[in-house]
Amino acid sequence: MGKFNKKKSGNLPAINTASLPDIVFMLLFFFMVATVMRQNTLKIQNVLPSADQVEKLDKKDLIMYIYVGQPQERFQSQYGKESRIQLNDKFADVGDIKAFIAAERASKREELRDYLTTALKVDKDANMGIVGDIKKELRKENALKINYTTRKGDISENKK
Amino acid sequence: MAKRSAPEVNAGSMADIAFLLLIFFLVTTTIETDTGLNRKLPPIDDEQTEPPIIKEKNIFTVFINGKNQLLVEDEVMELKDLRKAAMEFLDNGGGTGDDACSYCHGKKDPSSSDNPDKAIISLKNERETTYSTYISVQNELVAAYNILRDRRAEELYGMTLTQMEKDSDDVNYRGNKEKLKEKIERIKIEYPQKLSEVVQ
Repeated sequence: MGKFNKKKSGNLPAINTASLPDIVFMLLFFFMVATVMRQNTLKIQNVLPSADQVEKLDKKDLIMYIYVGQPQERFQSQYGKESRIQLNDKFADVGDIKAFIAAERASKREELRDYLTTALKVDKDANMGIVGDIKKELRKENALKINYTTRKGDISENKK
Repeated sequence: MAKRSAPEVNAGSMADIAFLLLIFFLVTTTIETDTGLNRKLPPIDDEQTEPPIIKEKNIFTVFINGKNQLLVEDEVMELKDLRKAAMEFLDNGGGTGDDACSYCHGKKDPSSSDNPDKAIISLKNERETTYSTYISVQNELVAAYNILRDRRAEELYGMTLTQMEKDSDDVNYRGNKEKLKEKIERIKIEYPQKLSEVVQ
């Protein structure tokens, strides 16, 4: 009887999965190309505002990032709810910007130092007081090229 | 000679490997925003040089208070009207003689700016102003400049400045890049971005 069972068992034929690796590889390549490894772990909330007159930042290696925002919940007991500056992986004060810029400048080749841009990644709910302090500090350090990093979108999104 | 085919490699686990990598990249991916508004800060000059005398009518004051309300030329204004107001001010061209502006389309109101080169937008904010409002205002002001520049480029060369800048960055552009850069420079001289910020 076993002979016949084989033929009669009306199982569906197995789906051919030979092309599955191809599909997965395709996705993989997309993400590999689109990925930018985050350099800094954010300790602050950082929802950027929107603007539509944006320009693209090129030369990723010549950008210094300054993050500003309210500390994330797990840091609030220690650092409070006021907007703070984050440089690299640490919370910082306005006074630390000087050393930060000097370090960034020292890590770049001399002929490229003039092209350094400071990208201000500021949370949209932060107030201008802290941004003004940062700008003052940047002017003192003669780091005059700045970029207010924003998402691309309509400014009406900023009101929410 | 009997044709002997090579034994087939078992590729069954390929999908698993690819999945593993895929999940890794999925988790680590943050598509970073790399767009923004470029600005240049004014350098600090130690010598107290005499500030140049600027006529009141050539200054367009924008003030954002701590409650995110907008005061433009001492009048309350909604954000949506700012772009138009700034454009009207910049493009007014009310000057006469040496200050006359041959390419302005504005109303030539003698109580507003002389020409785009003299027109200065002065932006002031309070410490309590929210950053998003500040960015919105900056965006509107930059937009006013960009629209005027695009319009001028359209008149002179039949294409927008945005397109010209794109071409000048394009490695495959076939035209004369030197000439294109000169054209861009000319537009930027005709409508210079004079946006000054008041430092408290």
